[in-house]
Amino acid sequence: MGHVSRARAFVADAERTGWHDQALWFVRAKRDAAADLVPDWEALRSEAAAIKREALERLPELWIEFEAQARRAGAVVHWARDAEEHNTIVAGLLRERGITRVVKSKSMLTEECGLNPHLERQGIEVVDTDLGERIVQLRHEPPSHIVMPAIHLRRGEVGETFTRTMGAPPGLDDPDALTALARSDLRARFLAAQAGITGVNFAVAETGSLVVVSNEGNVDLGTALPRLHIACVGLEKIVPAQRDLPVFLRLLARSATGQAISAYTSHFRGAMPERELHVVIVDNGRSRLLAEPEFREALACIRCGACLNTCPVYRRSGGHSYGTVIPGPIGSVLEPARDLVAHAELPHACTLCGSCAEVCPVRIPLPQQLLAWRGVLAARGIHPRRRRIALRLAAEILARPIGLRLFGGLGRALVRALPAAFVDRLARPWTRQRALPPIPASSFRTLWKRRQSAARASAGARDAGDAGMEGG
Amino acid sequence: MRVGLFIPCYVDQLRPEVGLAVVRLFERLGIDFEIPDAQTCCGQPFSTAGEQGQAERLARRFDAAFAAFDVVVTPSGSCAAHVRHRFSDRRTGRRAGEAGGRTRELCEFLVEIDALRGIGGRLPRRIGLHASCHALRELRHGNPSESREPPRVEPVRALLGGLAGIELVELARRDECCGFGGLFSIEQEAVSCRMGLDRIADHERAGAEIVTSSDVSCLLQLEGLARRRGSPLAFRHVAELLADALAPEPPAPEAIDGPR
Repeated sequence: MGHVSRARAFVADAERTGWHDQALWFVRAKRDAAADLVPDWEALRSEAAAIKREALERLPELWIEFEAQARRAGAVVHWARDAEEHNTIVAGLLRERGITRVVKSKSMLTEECGLNPHLERQGIEVVDTDLGERIVQLRHEPPSHIVMPAIHLRRGEVGETFTRTMGAPPGLDDPDALTALARSDLRARFLAAQAGITGVNFAVAETGSLVVVSNEGNVDLGTALPRLHIACVGLEKIVPAQRDLPVFLRLLARSATGQAISAYTSHFRGAMPERELHVVIVDNGRSRLLAEPEFREALACIRCGACLNTCPVYRRSGGHSYGTVIPGPIGSVLEPARDLVAHAELPHACTLCGSCAEVCPVRIPLPQQLLAWRGVLAARGIHPRRRRIALRLAAEILARPIGLRLFGGLGRALVRALPAAFVDRLARPWTRQRALPPIPASSFRTLWKRRQSAARASAGARDAGDAGMEGG
Repeated sequence: MRVGLFIPCYVDQLRPEVGLAVVRLFERLGIDFEIPDAQTCCGQPFSTAGEQGQAERLARRFDAAFAAFDVVVTPSGSCAAHVRHRFSDRRTGRRAGEAGGRTRELCEFLVEIDALRGIGGRLPRRIGLHASCHALRELRHGNPSESREPPRVEPVRALLGGLAGIELVELARRDECCGFGGLFSIEQEAVSCRMGLDRIADHERAGAEIVTSSDVSCLLQLEGLARRRGSPLAFRHVAELLADALAPEPPAPEAIDGPR
């Protein structure tokens, strides 16, 4: 099952689709309002884009600088080629210390690597501490959005989940009460945790420090209480210098949620006394993407989710319809790089409306990249059969004006002659919810030619008439 | 200035009245034009399907058909955007489509040459303006709602705004996609239709009588959905509205004076 059929299933619930669309459009509107309050929003985007592109150009040297600085500050740095190495490193660190209880703050990277199931198989309990992330964890679902993991759920559904898993009174759907319940449940787990795992928003080469942006305080609590902090960071998260941070921090929260700044911006540099900080730097396909000139700019992504919020297809098909860790436009660019055949539908799950490129705080040319993936798919002959046939046929017909005239004329004549109900059936799926346009008897070309000869005839008649009058 | 008119293949076959409206409009405005016989399709459907080879073939045909013209005008934001921006292949770096730089969307062209100055015209209707995504975000006709760039002229609005009696209704989402997207409309039928229905609801709530656009493809999508559910909305290309609205040609002196 691919995006098409999952999206169809999502849209079949018209009321939920409308609500999901409105919820995300509300976030998009907040983003617009936040952008209005920054005097030169577009210049800020350009600055961020330039910094990220520079960072991608200098990626190896920046990470080497980061490693040296982080070590100097007392952190331990690990390199992971892929998800498996990442999981092995993290599990090893925990096992060596006999750790069985871990709290984690939201990280798409550990989701991508499948860290939770890996640790759980080894008897290690991992608790996601971001509220939305915790909700989907309790439901054994993947996140449906990279910033708002439970945006696909209504509060009643969250209440049901909490009733089932935390003994909440049935029917509870008050957001404050639900949050309070999750909070007290999480508090005990924070206190019992032996290690905290976090993702990373920015790794600063110049200082060897890490920046994590959050709204719920779970990052600070989850790293301040346990003795061990493991920070997992994707290769694309490096920025050259501390002075680059404000550019991104001004853009990130505004683009993501319309907040001027997130509630917490946590900076980590080295380990505190009696504590350990381990940084796991993960490639997992990123260096391969870096070598692809058409797609490398996607590595500039700061995971704000603005392209998801604005995407008219994402809003009406839900994050789970993409079947990927990262859904929406950026996911449809990143995920085919991992497995093109499995994700062949994603570059086509888009009308090329271009809205994503306009909101992207680092100016990733998402529509062009989706188009480029379509080119790669076509070049490898990966088309559904129907599309391949339709394209080949259309190409032949349109190759010459005579083809368009003949087939167009024949087609129109047939449609006009056949019973409407039959034509309607032939023209599915276009006609499943749409009426066919009234089919004209003549093409523009025919009408135009007719008009020209009529004009010539009347001009001829007028000339003849004038000549007659003069003669008379 | 030699003007070539490009009537997109699907307009030629499905909405000839839009082509005729452009003809009427140009005649009324005194713009000389030709419609070269060799034209078929700009190649956009192939390009968006990833079939660069086929798209390039049609790009070369387009180039050849319009080689002799100073400007190519087309009543389609989407085709114009394709010809202008996508003829070159990002992947291979190959370039077809030297006609791209000379190609103009109809409204953009009329604004550029200031064709409606002093012409007048009247359209006492409540009009819903459906922004064509490609005219807006590729040709930069006006400012997308996402953008905070300095204001730009939105040709359709500029032209219609000059007509007496017209009311352009205020939409809740002024530039959301109609859901057409070429093959998307077939392959992702469910999402495509939901997108279109949401647009229609917005125009209905805003009190529009007629929905207009610089793209026929958006209008075919919206009209198909609206007609099936019995919506009273009418859908007309901006060329049709302008051709109807412009004041008739000033009568010739002999007509005023009467027969001598």
